[in-house]
Amino acid sequence: MRREHFLLGLLAAVLLALPLALDRYQTSVLVLVFLAAYMGQAWNVMMGFAGLLSLGHALYLGLGAYVSAALFVHFGLSPLLGLFVAVLICVGVAMAIGALSFQFRIEGVYFALLTIAFAEVARIGFDHLKWTGGAGGFFLSVAGSQGQWWNLRGGPLFFYYVSLAMAAAAFALCVALRRSKLGYQWLAVREDAEAARAVGIDVTRARMSAVVVSAAMSALGGVAHVFYYNNVFSAQIFDMSRSIDIMLAPIIGGIGTLFGPILGAFILIPLGEALIHATQALGINAPGAKAVFFGLALMIIIFLAPSGIWPSLRKRLGIGEGKP
Amino acid sequence: MLSVEGLDLHYGDAQALAGVTLDVPQGAIVAIVGANGAGKTSLIRAISGMLKPSAGRIRFKGEDITGQPSHVVCNLGLGQVAEGRQVFPSLTVRENLLTGAMLPRASARKAQNYERMLELFPRLRERAGQAAGTLSGGEQQMLAIARCLMGEPELVMFDEPSLGLSPALVLQVLDIVKRLNAEGLTCVLVEQNVAASLKLASHAYVLENGAVTLSGSGAALLDDDRVRRAYLGL
Repeated sequence: MRREHFLLGLLAAVLLALPLALDRYQTSVLVLVFLAAYMGQAWNVMMGFAGLLSLGHALYLGLGAYVSAALFVHFGLSPLLGLFVAVLICVGVAMAIGALSFQFRIEGVYFALLTIAFAEVARIGFDHLKWTGGAGGFFLSVAGSQGQWWNLRGGPLFFYYVSLAMAAAAFALCVALRRSKLGYQWLAVREDAEAARAVGIDVTRARMSAVVVSAAMSALGGVAHVFYYNNVFSAQIFDMSRSIDIMLAPIIGGIGTLFGPILGAFILIPLGEALIHATQALGINAPGAKAVFFGLALMIIIFLAPSGIWPSLRKRLGIGEGKP
Repeated sequence: MLSVEGLDLHYGDAQALAGVTLDVPQGAIVAIVGANGAGKTSLIRAISGMLKPSAGRIRFKGEDITGQPSHVVCNLGLGQVAEGRQVFPSLTVRENLLTGAMLPRASARKAQNYERMLELFPRLRERAGQAAGTLSGGEQQMLAIARCLMGEPELVMFDEPSLGLSPALVLQVLDIVKRLNAEGLTCVLVEQNVAASLKLASHAYVLENGAVTLSGSGAALLDDDRVRRAYLGL
């Protein structure tokens, strides 16, 4: 057995048993870690693999959340079925954005701006959509449905395993994609789109498939998000800062790597929580104090490991995940 | 095998090609020479489907390919080695080669073709696991050629394959073109190195300001006074 397989197996065993040793709060922090790792993996498919910078990934997270929640609240549809609708809608929107940009050759930063624009439109739109609560937020009732796993109703422990399974599945999917023909096409397009075209790769199709895979994954993240929190606010879920949060784990962990989003999430989420406690303990009550320290920590990390923590750590541990 | 008739190409208002007509018979090496900006690269990009011509016809193996996207054209067996050694820098040599084998026409034989490329270019075998961006200029050019051949093309258009290479490497690259041609590959050769490419070519076209101004056998053009004065400095 190769060293990395052993380490992966060890990690899986520890994570499966870990809730036994954790309290409710610590379990809930790990739910956030897994959800961040999952969303980071989704974002990384577009940016890390295909070289398409999305600065509006909150769009798919929010759409997935709203669609599945609305179907559940208004029609009693289980999110396990609702997620298919959520995925379909997100894929539809992603294809529309993709078609628009690739048709008119909108690339690079202009593509990134377009993704922001669509997230903003969704934010403002859902702010005014009374059917899903408008600006006041949309709530799932908690009473009387606890324990209905088929409706994704449950506490931190339940969501610990849901989100762990999602993060693990996303990792496995990305490993498979990275080794697939499509994965190679993405990397070729990322490296040099013109050269990819010259060797006969259908660049538009490769890009479109990256957008679709990423959006579909993100839609599921939105479903988990809303059923975990039991509420969704358009002003928060579609916000630019949410999109940035999604990107941070893979950027810190290592863009384009398979393990980077996971490592990034394991560093950033606990760091954020620790800073909240630390600022409280130190009696620093100024609003934004946590953000200042968080920003400082990010600067230090990026300074020390400019291409992400995972690539430098990997070298030290002497394990590979293939290139890059 | 490849025929171009009355090809016009515009970038916005600027005309890059004006009524270019040329013919590439099967098994030939056809050279296209001309100064910088004469339209050589535009011509290659129009034939390969990366730019849409505004008028004219392009036929390959009897099939009209005008306006077809590049991935369709490539899959018919019309490959190109683009100008400037466009390898994928952070992918390994092996991965670069495999991207060339993604065409449906060649994907089934990618393992054999990969082995064949390593035999043809032994340097690449030594470097197989190395990132392509770390190769020397000459090695990158070999890689770009090998990557194109992974797609099993029947005709390859070489755009300035010796650009930026040392004189010894230029000869080596042109020697490879000659060898591939001897094995049955039809070649279109766009070269700054006019004398060497005319010597190699069975037929040649001179491109000036987007139009063909002279054509003939390579030997005839080598003797042509206008060519000697303009391109060979004699």
